[in-house]
Amino acid sequence: MKTKTPDKSKIKVIDLTKSFDGHMVTRGVNLDIPEGEMTVIIGRSGEGKSVLLKQIIGLIKPSSGKIIVDGIDITTLSEDQLNICFEKFGYVFQFAALLDSLNVLENIGITLIENGMSPDEALPIVKEKLALVQLSEDTLYKYPSELSGGMRKRVGLARTLITHPEIILYDEPTTGLDPITSHVIHELMFDMQKRLKVTSVIISHDIEIFKYADKVALLNDGIIEYFGDAKTIWDSDNPYVYQFIRGLLKGPITKEIMYYRDRA
Amino acid sequence: MIIQYIDLLGATVLGICDILGRFTLFLIKTIKVFLTYRPKVAKTFAQMNRIGVESLTIIILTGLFTGMVLALQTYIGFQRVGGEQLIGAVVALGIIRELGPVLTGLMVTGRAGSAITAEIGSMVITEQIDALKTLRINTFQYLVIPRILASTVILPFLTVFSMIFGIIGGYIVCVHVLELSHEDYESSIRNYVELADIRGGLIKAAFFGFILSAVGTYKGMGTSGGARGVGMATTQSVVAGSILILIANYFLTKMLEHL
Repeated sequence: MKTKTPDKSKIKVIDLTKSFDGHMVTRGVNLDIPEGEMTVIIGRSGEGKSVLLKQIIGLIKPSSGKIIVDGIDITTLSEDQLNICFEKFGYVFQFAALLDSLNVLENIGITLIENGMSPDEALPIVKEKLALVQLSEDTLYKYPSELSGGMRKRVGLARTLITHPEIILYDEPTTGLDPITSHVIHELMFDMQKRLKVTSVIISHDIEIFKYADKVALLNDGIIEYFGDAKTIWDSDNPYVYQFIRGLLKGPITKEIMYYRDRA
Repeated sequence: MIIQYIDLLGATVLGICDILGRFTLFLIKTIKVFLTYRPKVAKTFAQMNRIGVESLTIIILTGLFTGMVLALQTYIGFQRVGGEQLIGAVVALGIIRELGPVLTGLMVTGRAGSAITAEIGSMVITEQIDALKTLRINTFQYLVIPRILASTVILPFLTVFSMIFGIIGGYIVCVHVLELSHEDYESSIRNYVELADIRGGLIKAAFFGFILSAVGTYKGMGTSGGARGVGMATTQSVVAGSILILIANYFLTKMLEHL
């Protein structure tokens, strides 16, 4: 059943569509995520980037299309079989999605504790992951409500690292954070990428991430309008990319900005 | 006009079928996971504490005052026909067979059923459930089964307290307020209440515990749409749970009659 894809693609998204109550969110996404690299998906708010990411991991079933991860089309897997898919993935949620009834130790070590390990046995492994995300051991017994936004995201990442994923998906890792904390998170993701040799897929609005990423995909109106190298994105003459990364009102991206454009 | 009514009727029937179908699938999945995965014992005990032990005060108060009012009302009716010596049996049978389990079920639905839905619903809208899934933690094993198991086991115990304090409440009113003989109260209970009455009441309580927690977890897991969604799911959980308990009560009474 498992066949290796001939190229270096870790994830292949083919003609992916998703509609909610007749409203098309993704209208035929085609995307190759290269193995061992950091790919950023950019696009305006409400374009369905999070929906795309949740389809890639199997949390949302697409209306049509294929998502091939290491040669397996995950859209054909049943709910029970999806665990095979989750084994490969780590998912860092937009608001971290930490379990608020558990402290940091229990949150990071949840997979170990639920598989029979005691919190004391899980402690050294949790400490190791905590150091990886540059958090001090003082936070171990704090609850999510006592942590700042940046700390929560780091705990979310540490919880993901426990499972040794091959692919880490980040849903807006720096949204709502100050520039310095955003910088720290970017450095951290880059560091993880290099150290653990994982494939990263990041949804972001933050143009600073281009300094760290390998590839950039622009999602607009339900399709990928651009896919290219992150390092040369500022030189791109693709009209969608040109308008988006500079935040221009004039250009092919028109949704919700006609009024302001006319005024300008 | 007629077509519109037929449309509306069709949509309503389809809506009901949809809800029943989803709930049935939810129950089938719950049973499947219960039979195939190791139950989380510590979590089940923690839920027993939250659903059961923490509800004890309201259950005792409910039982006590229900017993008291039942004794008072029975006295008003029975004194007209000179049957005061049977008040004990009427209070005890009423509480044990009917009011104990039903009121315990309804009170726990209001107190713990709503909390189950609100807690799981909040976890759904803050993506905690999605996070558990991506971490390969079975959400049914982790969240649903401990609550259903705890509620089903603990409700009969709570009902025992409701029954005891209901009978005590009746005793207080009969002996200390109405100044009737305590021997009459006690002997009528001994003469007319059978073990089968208690057994029936406790079986009902276990079913009510199952209903309120199954509805609570189902509604929680199906929450969508932010804080308003959690509020709506919680309200629906209490309403649906209470109504299902009242409907099930009739059919259980009918079934237990033949046991």
